[in-house]
Amino acid sequence: MDRFVWTNGLLEMNETLVIQQRGVRLYDGDDKAKLDVGVVLLSTHRLLWRDQKNHECCICIPLSQVIFFEEQAAGIGKSAKIVIYLHPVPENKEPGPYQQSKYSFIKLSFKEHGQIEFYRRLTEEMTQKRWENTPVSQPIPTGVGPKAARTRAVGIVGIERKLEEKRKETDKNISEAFEDLSKLMEKAKEMVEVSKSIANKIKDKQGDITEDETIRFKSYLLSMGIANPVTRETHGSGTQYHIQLARQLGDILQAPLEERGGMMALTEVYCLVNRARGMELLSPEDLVNACKMFESLKLPLRLRVFDSGVMVVQLQSHSEEEMIASALDNVSDKGSLTAEEFAKLLGLSVLLSKERLLLAEKVGHLCRDDSVEGLRFYPNLRLTNNF
Amino acid sequence: MHRRGVGAGAIAKKKLAEVKYKERGTVLAEDQIAQMSKQLETFKTNLEEFASKHKQEIRKNSQFRVQFQEMCATIGVDPLASGKGFWSEMLGVGDFYYELGVQIIEVCLALKHRNGGLITLDELHHHVLKGRGKFAQDVSQDDLVRAIKKLKAMGNGFGMIPVGGSYLVQSVPAELNMDHTVVLQLAEDHLLKEGLAWLDSQAAGEPQYWLPALFSELLSRDITPEEASQMTP
Repeated sequence: MDRFVWTNGLLEMNETLVIQQRGVRLYDGDDKAKLDVGVVLLSTHRLLWRDQKNHECCICIPLSQVIFFEEQAAGIGKSAKIVIYLHPVPENKEPGPYQQSKYSFIKLSFKEHGQIEFYRRLTEEMTQKRWENTPVSQPIPTGVGPKAARTRAVGIVGIERKLEEKRKETDKNISEAFEDLSKLMEKAKEMVEVSKSIANKIKDKQGDITEDETIRFKSYLLSMGIANPVTRETHGSGTQYHIQLARQLGDILQAPLEERGGMMALTEVYCLVNRARGMELLSPEDLVNACKMFESLKLPLRLRVFDSGVMVVQLQSHSEEEMIASALDNVSDKGSLTAEEFAKLLGLSVLLSKERLLLAEKVGHLCRDDSVEGLRFYPNLRLTNNF
Repeated sequence: MHRRGVGAGAIAKKKLAEVKYKERGTVLAEDQIAQMSKQLETFKTNLEEFASKHKQEIRKNSQFRVQFQEMCATIGVDPLASGKGFWSEMLGVGDFYYELGVQIIEVCLALKHRNGGLITLDELHHHVLKGRGKFAQDVSQDDLVRAIKKLKAMGNGFGMIPVGGSYLVQSVPAELNMDHTVVLQLAEDHLLKEGLAWLDSQAAGEPQYWLPALFSELLSRDITPEEASQMTP
């Protein structure tokens, strides 16, 4: 931190502001600097920092002092940082906030994010080294601490003006985007109206819709993201896309299902399939709608919803009686089991092993002991023994 | 006539109906569907144009995403309903949120044994950001909320419980019913009163609750390698 010098924040003639970010705390090496949270500004020539509360407190360092810099990822309770390694203090350095420091690096801690963009811009500036092409005509004027109030105020106004210009330009881009978005939405709205009108006609039987036309209509709804106004279901089931998808899933999921005892939670399937795809991912609804088609397409998989609301995909060969019988065996063997213990035994997820135990309980083979210590299942002796 | 719908009689009847409707000036459903097909093509072109100019905006600007989503909701369109939808294919909104969904599920899985399947939106946000790495786009809490809403379609009790201005995200089947959620909210007030929880209103972003007894231990720990192995199904 001893490389920093006081400044009035005034930008030089050829110096341009590149980016600023508020919510930044400075670090002298690994130690927090004796300064509060502030705004960090990157210009073509310097790195500046200004206290958020006390605008008179403004310091800077020339970019030529930077050797290299790197990102430091965020951690728990720790913001993301950029670590900047600096050349040694030059002989004729002007006064700054620190007389000396044992560190030759500083850190910028981004408490309100913004590190990604800042890092990118810093990289650009350090690559282009624009300060070499457009040297400032005089040495950058500095104040002697927060006392040069008059010049300081002007400097801040200068910076703020530039920021205002930049903001206006960004605003213009955004407002153009919003304008275009509004126009687009108007057109989308028309499509929604048309589909409602069609749906009403189908209901009132104004005309004869063929099977083909129905399928086409559903696929149009799918493309637009409009819920099927006739059936109120989120369009989807019955379209060609979902039929194809169901068949693909029938192939992809065979092996994973067998590895996992014949059953997988739908969320597991979602992650598995989307991770494998990488792009053009499935939406949760796509997956559900495709799985609903398993039975009608005579694929060897089934979508199943448990009482608890858990949705699973299971192999059709997966017999329910077998599951229940084996659950009873395992529990009897060990005397009693919790869902966690059962999961470890079978190599299943806790969620699914619990569902199996609940299933066995439902048919009366197991009974539960629900206490503060947890939920434990015992063989139901009333059923299995002569009591 | 024993067979319906076929034969000269049926055709004549249909023609009559058509004439009747056309006289009244109403367009038949099947004609409208054909018309819709053309309109759809036009719309697709408009969307492509929009995407070529502003696709970046959607991915980089979380405020813009919020606006976009709200506008869609207003007109009755769900851009995230299907990966096969235009919005998803051309604007890339789909992949953004669906991938986020995967990351959310994985974080919840990894931490479930620690927190029983309940996690604050803040903590979830933190872990998701961390998992995305330094080169990924920032995601906002609004993004997370929308992704979670979509995950609900897959059953499994993904839900959000409003607590003190933010949410608790639940990733286990709903053994929490209405009464429980009310209890959680009351507990929060109670904990504050009793001094068991501290309200940090100066925290950057949103006010934060600190429960020194319960959470400081948990929050201080990163996801361990064992937990990380739980993430991949």
